[in-house]
Amino acid sequence: MQSDEWQAVRFTLAACAGSTLVILPFGLAIAWLLARPRWLGKSIVETIVTLPLVMPPVATGLILLKLLGRRGPVGGFLHRHFGTDIVFTWRAVVIAAAVMSFPLLVRSARVGFQEVNRRYEQMARTLGAGEWRVFWSISLPLAGRAICGGVLLAFARAVGEFGATILLAGNIPGETQTLSLRIYEAVQLGHDATAYRLLLVCVVIAFVAVFSAEWLLRKRDAR
Amino acid sequence: MKLELRNVRLPLSGFDLEIDLEITAPRTGIFGPSGAGKTSLLETIAGLREASCDRIRFNEISFADSAHTMPVRLRQIGYVPQDDSLFPHLDVRRNLLYGHPPDARDPAFSLEHVTQFLGIEPLLARDVRQLSRGERQRVTIGRALLSGPRLLLLDEPLTGLDRKLRETILEQLIKLPNEFGLPMLYVTHDRAEAIELCDEVLLLERGKIIGRGGPAKLFA
Repeated sequence: MQSDEWQAVRFTLAACAGSTLVILPFGLAIAWLLARPRWLGKSIVETIVTLPLVMPPVATGLILLKLLGRRGPVGGFLHRHFGTDIVFTWRAVVIAAAVMSFPLLVRSARVGFQEVNRRYEQMARTLGAGEWRVFWSISLPLAGRAICGGVLLAFARAVGEFGATILLAGNIPGETQTLSLRIYEAVQLGHDATAYRLLLVCVVIAFVAVFSAEWLLRKRDAR
Repeated sequence: MKLELRNVRLPLSGFDLEIDLEITAPRTGIFGPSGAGKTSLLETIAGLREASCDRIRFNEISFADSAHTMPVRLRQIGYVPQDDSLFPHLDVRRNLLYGHPPDARDPAFSLEHVTQFLGIEPLLARDVRQLSRGERQRVTIGRALLSGPRLLLLDEPLTGLDRKLRETILEQLIKLPNEFGLPMLYVTHDRAEAIELCDEVLLLERGKIIGRGGPAKLFA
């Protein structure tokens, strides 16, 4: 592979690892809340969290662009107060990947939390544990496999992200060009050999991530 | 000990749990058929079910009244449920020590004493998923004891055990209140257990106490 191809691979892996790390605490918090019995607004939160999964990625990208652009409410605020730009930077790649992969993490983790026998949490409370301790010492470890599965699926989804990324981050070689964008560019330019090499890398990453996630989820089912 | 349950009401399937009494016997049995509300009563005392009440109070400590409810974790109740409740991801030692206060000084509630009393010292390093039913019950009792409880709630702890094992654990349960100075409520539907173990028995049927007294007299 050529150096620019390696660069795209390295950048993609780093950005996707970053986006997965960024969504992890939020995803776990939302998943834990959604696994609780009825509360006001639960259906609304559930729907909003699922939206990026069903909406066209380009549409999600457009929403992000309007929010995070210099004239958008969030992007404008960051530019004015911190001199930070999001759009057409590596940050946009991370954010696009984070938003698009968020529902997968939440859905897996939520199922994991739901499957934790409430009796264990109740017993921990009778033994003097507060809610934080119950979460860290009982709920989280018992939902651990499902969460790891969700993390891997979210990472794989982030690697495959294209639509929202190209709208929010553009396709700038060496700056915002991910594997998917590099493949797109190679196909556009008729560089078939490059496209196929990178395609193979994509397949390997996706296969390892999804296979590991499935393995973890199967182990959980067998427990 | 003095456990006050004043005007406790909890809707159950088909009937309401309605309790209004004071318990003073250190070893009190709750006896009744399956589905009478025995477990619901224990869970209400432990705080795992939210019943309406005028007062639930243990030795001047208010667990609940019409205005407030003490969180489960602050009640210091050792609860041994009927179903399996050992944490499957922790070994026996970590299960036992889960609720053990780090600053506990009372030697009666030390890991050494509790495990020796229950005969579970050889199990400490074991995975809880490898334990037999009898071993699991003893570890659950040990875990409840090590949390330094004010009151022990035992929900049919001998159910499903073979005769020999029942006798062994029953002997330990008979000695337990004196050994640890702990009052206990003991749910059972076995008359022999109630007679051997309890100073007083409450007869519960469809959520209501229909009789109470010494077990020998009550079951005569």
